[in-house]
Amino acid sequence: MSIRVTPPKTGQPPLTRPDIGVAGKTGFWRTTKPIVDQSKCTRCYQCEIFCPVNVIRVEPETGVKIDYDYCKGCGVCADVCPVNAISMVEEVK
Amino acid sequence: MGMKKALTGNYAVSYAVKLARPDVIAAYPITPQTSIVEKLSEMIENGELDSVMIRVESEHSALAACFGAAVAGARVFTATSSQGLLYMHEVVHWASRARIPMVMAIVSRTINAPWNIWPDHSDFMDQRDAGWVMSYAMDNQEALDLVLQAFKISEDPSVYLPVMVGLEGFILGHTTMPVDIPDESMVREWLGPRRQGYIIDGSTPLAVGGLTMPEDTEYIFYGIQEAMNEAKKVIKEVTNEYNKLFGRKYSGLIECFHCSDAKYITISIGAWSGDLMEAVEKLRSEGYPIGSIRIRYYRPFPMEDIWEVIRSSKGVLVYDRSISFGSYGPIFTDLAGGLLTYTRNPPYVSNIVAGIAGVNVTAEDFYKLTKEFIDEVEKNGQPPGFKWVMIRR
Repeated sequence: MSIRVTPPKTGQPPLTRPDIGVAGKTGFWRTTKPIVDQSKCTRCYQCEIFCPVNVIRVEPETGVKIDYDYCKGCGVCADVCPVNAISMVEEVK
Repeated sequence: MGMKKALTGNYAVSYAVKLARPDVIAAYPITPQTSIVEKLSEMIENGELDSVMIRVESEHSALAACFGAAVAGARVFTATSSQGLLYMHEVVHWASRARIPMVMAIVSRTINAPWNIWPDHSDFMDQRDAGWVMSYAMDNQEALDLVLQAFKISEDPSVYLPVMVGLEGFILGHTTMPVDIPDESMVREWLGPRRQGYIIDGSTPLAVGGLTMPEDTEYIFYGIQEAMNEAKKVIKEVTNEYNKLFGRKYSGLIECFHCSDAKYITISIGAWSGDLMEAVEKLRSEGYPIGSIRIRYYRPFPMEDIWEVIRSSKGVLVYDRSISFGSYGPIFTDLAGGLLTYTRNPPYVSNIVAGIAGVNVTAEDFYKLTKEFIDEVEKNGQPPGFKWVMIRR
């Protein structure tokens, strides 16, 4: 399959790239923060797969890495972790 | 080498799609469209066509699957009718507003309730504000040619809009005519590889359709209006190229019949234009100075082209095979509005709505109605501006 990608001559498509929002990185709505106990992590990748904002990466060597700049603190990762390696800790700001 | 085959309108569409070689086809069956995708899956099954056929649970999903695949760089095709088209309407807008090239065939059938599978243009006209380039065939040959041209127009960087090609169910869809199928390698060379404005394949972080502020969104929509204007040029170029390469005689956005010295003009779209042309021919033989315009491309609306033909005419009669309830026929509405951007003193324009829900309108009916219109203009200059003619036999 060959594809030629050339921008439209008129107007622009509705595309967005990840960037820091006008309200700052992740705003001020995070109340709890996922903290990972790396020693428990089995590298099953469930947190990476389920994270709705795609801020979790599981590294085979070092374990779970979370980008706290964009993490909204929803707790899905803690919920899906089969070995309870992630706990949601109240964040005081 | 090209070849002639006896094909139904639906199969003519399938053969055009086969020549365009889409990567992905997603569809949901609905009368009278079904035989298009049935034929395509048969072609895939016996190895003539190397496309992925995605079977989905609804028309909404069919177009959504096409949209996703197209965003990722695939040439896609789908087809639907009537209720199916209405069900996918949300995604119809998504495709155009995201500037994603794709092609869809609409095999026209009226809209329920009550249950009715006969053709009029209600389903097609219902999509007129969606930002798709919209063309409509008059015969099976044109259905094939318009679908092939649709891929080329859709993937032109000046356009980058989805294109829908309409044809009446049963009247064309299930009626066999001789169709000339162009040579595959010539089509392949002419069409070239897939082209689109952007691609989301996971290699760079990119999202389509994210929350956008009003001013930016307005600018994106304005781009669609500009692309529509560009499309008028592109359609004419593509038609000319196609004529030369494959030996056809299409004339771009509209097709004129006896227009050059006509004082009266009829305007129509679709298969019944053939019957109307017969009526015009008969009126001509009786000395009536009449010609007819057949709209090939309804969006972008070919106002300039029509204006060039009707600017000095005495009366224009628009035949619509659909109705915007509480208003008029859609072609008439476009024309009447458009006329006022050219002149404050337009020719006399009337609208006849007929053939709704598949009611048959014959050349004889067109003859009677058109003659009546001309006679009335000649006599008192004021025939009814709008008439819904219910033909009963």
